[in-house]
Amino acid sequence: MSSSETYYIPHKATWPVMATIGLVTLLAGFANYLNGSSVGPGMMAVGFAIFIVMLAGWFTLQATESESGLYNTQVGISFRMGMMWFIFSEVMFFAVFFGTLWYTRNLSVPWLGGEGIGAATKELLWPNFDATWPTNGPGKLVDGKPTSNGEFEPMSAWGLPFLNTLILLSSGVTVTWAHHGLLAKNRDQLIKGLIATVALGFLFVMFQAIEYHEAYTEMGLTLGSGIYGSTFFMLTGFHGFHVCVGAIILSVVLFRSTKGHFKPENHFAFEAAAWYWHFVDVVWLGLFIFVYIM
Amino acid sequence: MSAVVAEHDDHHHDDHAHGPEKGFLRWIITTNHKDIGTLYLVFALAMFFVGGAMAMVIRAELFEPGMQFVEPHFFNSMTTMHALVMVFGAVMPAFVGLANWMIPMMIGAPDMALPRMNNMSFWVLVAGVLLLASTLFMEGGAPASGWTLYPPLVLQTGKALPFAIFSVHLLGISSIMGAINIIATIFNMRAPGMTLMKMPLFVWTWLITAFLLIAVMPVFAGAVTMLLTDKFFGTSFFDAAGGGDPVLYQHIFWFFGHPEVYIMILPTFGVASTIIPVFARKPLFGYSSMVYATASIAFLSFIVWAHHMFTVGMPIAGELYFMYATMLIAIPTGVKVFNWTATMWKGAMTFEAPMLFSIAFVVLFTMGGFTGLMMSIAPSDFQYHDTYFIVAHFHYTLVPASIFILMAAGYYWLPKWTGHMYNEKIGQLHFWLSVVSVNILFFPQHFLGLAGMPRRIPDYAVQFADWNMISSIGGFIFGASQLLFLYIVIDTIRGGTGEKVTDEVWEDAHKHGLEWTLPSPPPYHTFTTPPTVIPTEHI
Repeated sequence: MSSSETYYIPHKATWPVMATIGLVTLLAGFANYLNGSSVGPGMMAVGFAIFIVMLAGWFTLQATESESGLYNTQVGISFRMGMMWFIFSEVMFFAVFFGTLWYTRNLSVPWLGGEGIGAATKELLWPNFDATWPTNGPGKLVDGKPTSNGEFEPMSAWGLPFLNTLILLSSGVTVTWAHHGLLAKNRDQLIKGLIATVALGFLFVMFQAIEYHEAYTEMGLTLGSGIYGSTFFMLTGFHGFHVCVGAIILSVVLFRSTKGHFKPENHFAFEAAAWYWHFVDVVWLGLFIFVYIM
Repeated sequence: MSAVVAEHDDHHHDDHAHGPEKGFLRWIITTNHKDIGTLYLVFALAMFFVGGAMAMVIRAELFEPGMQFVEPHFFNSMTTMHALVMVFGAVMPAFVGLANWMIPMMIGAPDMALPRMNNMSFWVLVAGVLLLASTLFMEGGAPASGWTLYPPLVLQTGKALPFAIFSVHLLGISSIMGAINIIATIFNMRAPGMTLMKMPLFVWTWLITAFLLIAVMPVFAGAVTMLLTDKFFGTSFFDAAGGGDPVLYQHIFWFFGHPEVYIMILPTFGVASTIIPVFARKPLFGYSSMVYATASIAFLSFIVWAHHMFTVGMPIAGELYFMYATMLIAIPTGVKVFNWTATMWKGAMTFEAPMLFSIAFVVLFTMGGFTGLMMSIAPSDFQYHDTYFIVAHFHYTLVPASIFILMAAGYYWLPKWTGHMYNEKIGQLHFWLSVVSVNILFFPQHFLGLAGMPRRIPDYAVQFADWNMISSIGGFIFGASQLLFLYIVIDTIRGGTGEKVTDEVWEDAHKHGLEWTLPSPPPYHTFTTPPTVIPTEHI
């Protein structure tokens, strides 16, 4: 409901157009690169640069407006709703890949092995295929190519992944501790909490990188290792990307905290970053259970 | 960037500082919901003619058996691009345009909740459609695997594939941002007294549509991302040799695709529920049942997707479940058709262009609904699957439904938007030409499909020749008739009949919606002070 206060309506937005130009240049460059065109990488770099400048500019503008008190409670609610529904869209994006994992593990791989509706398929196509999980399929794919005896080692849950679980869960605690500091006007606690959270976030990404390196160099596990490799790297890869984004957002919030931004009654950016971080955390728990343990 | 706080009190309203930017730049950097609504509507109208031109290519090629004008591959590109342009470039943006223009005015809000994001969602849409259109000129041609982009066929696309995939990503981003904005506006910006159950049905249907958009656009994005990695990064999501399954793509696509078709039809329902009461001079019959029916249809849309895949080889339990679940949709849809009819019952009806299009919508959409019910029966669907019967079915639910209602919305609100009256005589001519030709165009396709003519083919057996020729003639008349609409829109913007329209335009319209309490055309900023009088005619 509209309050009797005035609602802030910005005029003359130039950043959204910049964002569009950056985005479409980046994507068109990527498409050209995938098609083997030499202009691809250059276009990507230009698009990415425009996008980064846009992010810096747009967020600076929002932060300045927020600090100058242009946003009332009602505007804050709009921002919060925007973030909430954005996170919901991200949930649906991850749901696709979790759904893919479920469908292949429980339906299509068993069908290839002759279960249920797959009896004839097995007889006609791959009579020797034994449906187990993890699998790189009846073609025993290595780097996306069929082989006669391609093997790979699945990722174990109790090494780095377990450590990473502890790291992300701790970072959820530290970000909440920082939030308490913000609410209690304890800026020192806010900043320390955020530093710890960002550090844990990047530590997670580093361990993930080490894990990927091991998978590729020692375990024969790649994106091209059949459906196990595909789902493993797609799920953990998109999650890792989201951790990076979340950690960068938190870094911006940390930077603003050191500049004295945010008040106990007005700190949308902090809340949004924290929500996003918790979302990333929850996705990881799903990954740890369904990709690593089960 | 200047910041202007919307004035609390209209008397302090400084038109000079609050007006639009001068010149062309106004349209690029605008954050005004009316400007952005206009941009969406103009863009959608342009794409309607682009997509329509592609349909003309299709109907010209199918005019006679044998190959006449285009290569088979280009023909398949045309069916694919026609669908993608019409769905993502014309129908969806047109409804977002209406939402931008009307929702703030209908709920008494000063603007959309997130005006900068509103600007971005429009420009990302343009970028996405341009990226898609650019594929027409690439080596290997535009995608030619149907709008469903099924693997493995779509993976044979040439240079166009990554561009088409990224255009889907951009269109998804645009839709999600637009939908978030609409939800935030409706939940957060309503004037005091505008409770949820007092909102016009158009606002309700868009609220539910926006939820569908946020829920399913990321799903489509995920599906095409997997196409991209299967093609370029060695994954095997849709490749059985690696343990994947091409049918998985179909499940994911239709988990998006079925809600998607309701994304195009629910706002249609909303506009029809807005227009019919005004010209029947009665309140809408069964307002709350309309709201619940819309919500039910939206819910059901998530659990019926595999009725698009009855012939793909699912377990029998799946076939049965999806068959019965699909049939359930007829119930809330029936409630709606009943309510529209009951609204007209004993009404003092007049038949201006918006009403004519709306009545045609009720009748012809019901036709499309009935054929949908036929196809929901799994064993029967084995006969209809991938034939022209399907083409006839969904064109009945899109052209004389969504498109007709968009025309109705144009006639209904153009006087409000421009302050000028459109030419009713040409409007009536446009209606009668459209309603007759659309049936000549699509009705014979039912017969063709039942006789076994497959979809997405450039050539056919001679037994299908007669009905194809009739269908093509209907198509050409329908296509040409739409130029009348273009003429009327331009003419109305430039002054129309010269008749000065009143604030309420249509007799007693002010009882039906807040937008009719505003001047015609409304000032650049409206409801900077929330209104206190809420029309209650509809409840």
